[in-house]
Amino acid sequence: MNAALDARYPARPERLQEIRRAVAETAGRMGCADSVVSDVVLAVDEACQNIIRHAYHGSDGDIVVQMGRESGRLVVRLIDFAPPVDVAKICPRALDEVRPGGLGTHFIRSIMDEIAFLPPPAGAGNLLQMVKRIGSEP
Amino acid sequence: MIVETRDVDGTTVVLLSGDVDLQHSPRLRKTLMELMFDRRPVVIDMSAVSYIDSSGIASLVEAYQMARRNSGRFTLASVSPPALRVLQLARLDKVFTIAPTVEAAILP
Repeated sequence: MNAALDARYPARPERLQEIRRAVAETAGRMGCADSVVSDVVLAVDEACQNIIRHAYHGSDGDIVVQMGRESGRLVVRLIDFAPPVDVAKICPRALDEVRPGGLGTHFIRSIMDEIAFLPPPAGAGNLLQMVKRIGSEP
Repeated sequence: MIVETRDVDGTTVVLLSGDVDLQHSPRLRKTLMELMFDRRPVVIDMSAVSYIDSSGIASLVEAYQMARRNSGRFTLASVSPPALRVLQLARLDKVFTIAPTVEAAILP
């Protein structure tokens, strides 16, 4: 993947706006429609929130955000340096019950076409890859 | 995120504007919970919400549920397109009472 974005941010709620802005600018530059840009920004934001809350548990750490295009697919990779997460515990909640919380993973799964934890690079804890099909161009 | 409240004929109108995200939603939740104890009708003016995430939606759901338990009115009004998209993704656009304008939400 030729990275159109490859940046490292502190995993803190007050840095999420900066991440959203970078993701929006990058997706726009890659030719995504405004509606796709908004959706991808939400998915990345929610995934970063999961890292802040469930991987780092609010303690200090970094998130690397990578974005690029592969064969008409927008690929987002989020790398953290927290202990490996138990993937089996990450699941969206059913929507037939109206209650606060638990929507973030549902948003990610609704927006993105593929979501997978891949083997992280050396020294990293987790690598989450999310893919959105955006067209047939290279 | 900016949260401004005003009284309109006995209804509390909350103007919510900007990005309602993980950084700011705890403040929204606190404001809404305090308002719910007043047991007055509440209208959330969402015309100026530029972004809302799951934590912001959760704050609205919590307030909505508290209003329902108290047989109170809790209405979203003039919901901006980005906020409406997120409500639709959560399938909450059919759960909340959504009015086209603040004025329509205040009318009995």
